[in-house]
Amino acid sequence: MTPVGTPGDAVRADRSGGARTAGGGPGSTRANGAGPAGVRHRWTDHGLMFVAPFLLVYALFLIWPLLSGLAMSLRSDNITGAGGEFVGLDNYAEALGDPEVWSSLWNTVWFTVLSTVPLVLVGLVFALLAHHVRVVRWLWRLSWFAPFLLPSGVIGLLFLWVIYPSDFGFADQVLASFGLRPGIGWLTDERYAMLSIVLATVWWTVGFNFLLYLAALQAIPPYVYEAAELDGAGPAHRLWHITLPLLRRTTGVVVVLQVLASLKIFDQVYILTGGGPDDSTRPILQYVFQAGFTGYRVGYASAVSYLFFALIVLVSLVQLRLSRRSGEETA
Amino acid sequence: MSAVGFRRRTVTRAREDEGRAPRWTAGRFALLALALLLAAVWVAPLAWALATSLKPEGEATRTPLRWIGSRITFHAYQQVWESGDLGRWMFNTAYISVMTTLLTVVLCSMAAYGFARTEFRGRRVLYGVVLAGIMVPPQVLMAPLFAQMVRLGLVDTYWGVILPQVAVPAMVFILVKFFDGVPRELEEAAFVDGAGRWRVFWTIVMPLSRPVLAAVAIFTFISTWNNFLWPFLVTTDPNGMTLPVGLVNVQTSYGLRYEQMMASVVIAGLPLLVVFTLFQRQIVRGVAQTGLAGQ
Repeated sequence: MTPVGTPGDAVRADRSGGARTAGGGPGSTRANGAGPAGVRHRWTDHGLMFVAPFLLVYALFLIWPLLSGLAMSLRSDNITGAGGEFVGLDNYAEALGDPEVWSSLWNTVWFTVLSTVPLVLVGLVFALLAHHVRVVRWLWRLSWFAPFLLPSGVIGLLFLWVIYPSDFGFADQVLASFGLRPGIGWLTDERYAMLSIVLATVWWTVGFNFLLYLAALQAIPPYVYEAAELDGAGPAHRLWHITLPLLRRTTGVVVVLQVLASLKIFDQVYILTGGGPDDSTRPILQYVFQAGFTGYRVGYASAVSYLFFALIVLVSLVQLRLSRRSGEETA
Repeated sequence: MSAVGFRRRTVTRAREDEGRAPRWTAGRFALLALALLLAAVWVAPLAWALATSLKPEGEATRTPLRWIGSRITFHAYQQVWESGDLGRWMFNTAYISVMTTLLTVVLCSMAAYGFARTEFRGRRVLYGVVLAGIMVPPQVLMAPLFAQMVRLGLVDTYWGVILPQVAVPAMVFILVKFFDGVPRELEEAAFVDGAGRWRVFWTIVMPLSRPVLAAVAIFTFISTWNNFLWPFLVTTDPNGMTLPVGLVNVQTSYGLRYEQMMASVVIAGLPLLVVFTLFQRQIVRGVAQTGLAGQ
């Protein structure tokens, strides 16, 4: 990396912030010092013009709702934002004492635990298979990644209508063809509903993790294996002592991304079970939706979603630390 | 010095590897068999949807399992296409996805260029505010955002669906990282020739960034096409619904016509699958690149 050193650059480096200039700036030491005066001037032109359109939309549809949501959570408003009054932290106090908040939160966390493990492991297995079998790569990409490209609405209807119905549903019929007793209430029995949602989710989204792992595997230089082969290491030994340790960082990122995605579950559950049976699969986002959009208690819904937000931020901070560390290691 | 030579060597090795497939040992056959089995398992639900949609009316619920009914018919497709709003919803989804993708690419790349390459008062603070937005899940904003849409009169409009999806902090982050690596000399040469900032951005920086822009566009398009929660909240008029929202909304009106339901599922799922088979490499690369940084 070229150190940024001329006096002309010092001004820029100061103002543009040390971290970025030091990290990414392939510094142009020549032009600023020796070039025509106009060039230096051009670098500082029109900055706001470039960021203004984005910032306008960002402010209107992210910053403002974020702040007004916070304000709403301190009020007892209905959906149109009218007719409420300031109630302080009452909504938060109510949410923390609301057993339905805790049960939906528990369902969300339970889904996250149940889904993250298979989503990461199956993704890894798929990537290893595709990478080592070497032939017909398009077939593996197509069959394992294609479901990820389908809208949640399509996934929901597919499983609701023809996979999970009792007796004639595909899942039951496959069990029956193996001589097992069908007639399982995949989505209606409290014992199976959450597992059925996890199963459908794994089928639907594992392709994403598969791609991330595949990209990581393809980035491992082959000479690493050649050296091991010369030393007489078998395939199992290579997998365990070379491949998996090299994938550790990827696994960290995949796990955190998966946890974040799983915590935000809503679509599949809403379509497949509507949160039932008996609210046993209702995630926290659906509770927010119900409180705000069918119960019209926007203030309360906002308070619950901010509690959920706090959880997400916590996980995101873990991710930030992980990705920062991995960035340093690769640099 | 060694870095370049080192990289070149691994590249040639990798290429040799592609050309010379490894020997077919028993172990590799076993892996192939396992992969084929798992591929079959993964394709099965979609194949079942297709098979069901081709059955004559009333045969979808027959047991035991049969892939093909008494005959193959496209009756269900004809029915849903003629009776429903599928065409309308597909147009809505395509329009919303294309507009969202275009706006996201333009807004985010402009902003990223501004943050990466220009100076103005408050730039660092503003960039910090944008980066912090990566952590905000859009779902958390559903109630206040909806109230905002009511205030702006954007409920049940295309813009009401599009606008909240176009200012994506993660995409700005990805693009800033990319622009940081573009050599400044390229732009300076153009400045010397008298080109303005705007022209340099559009004629030099953007064409250079085609791969990363494609990645951002692909990722945005897929997630917009598949987005459920926000279009579901902000559209109540069936005419303005996107494909997934419309299907979920009218599912009961199909009665218990499983063949028709699956025909519409196939129609709804097909466009992206076709796009995927056409642009497999680009999509896979785009998703892997963007997915790691964004999401």
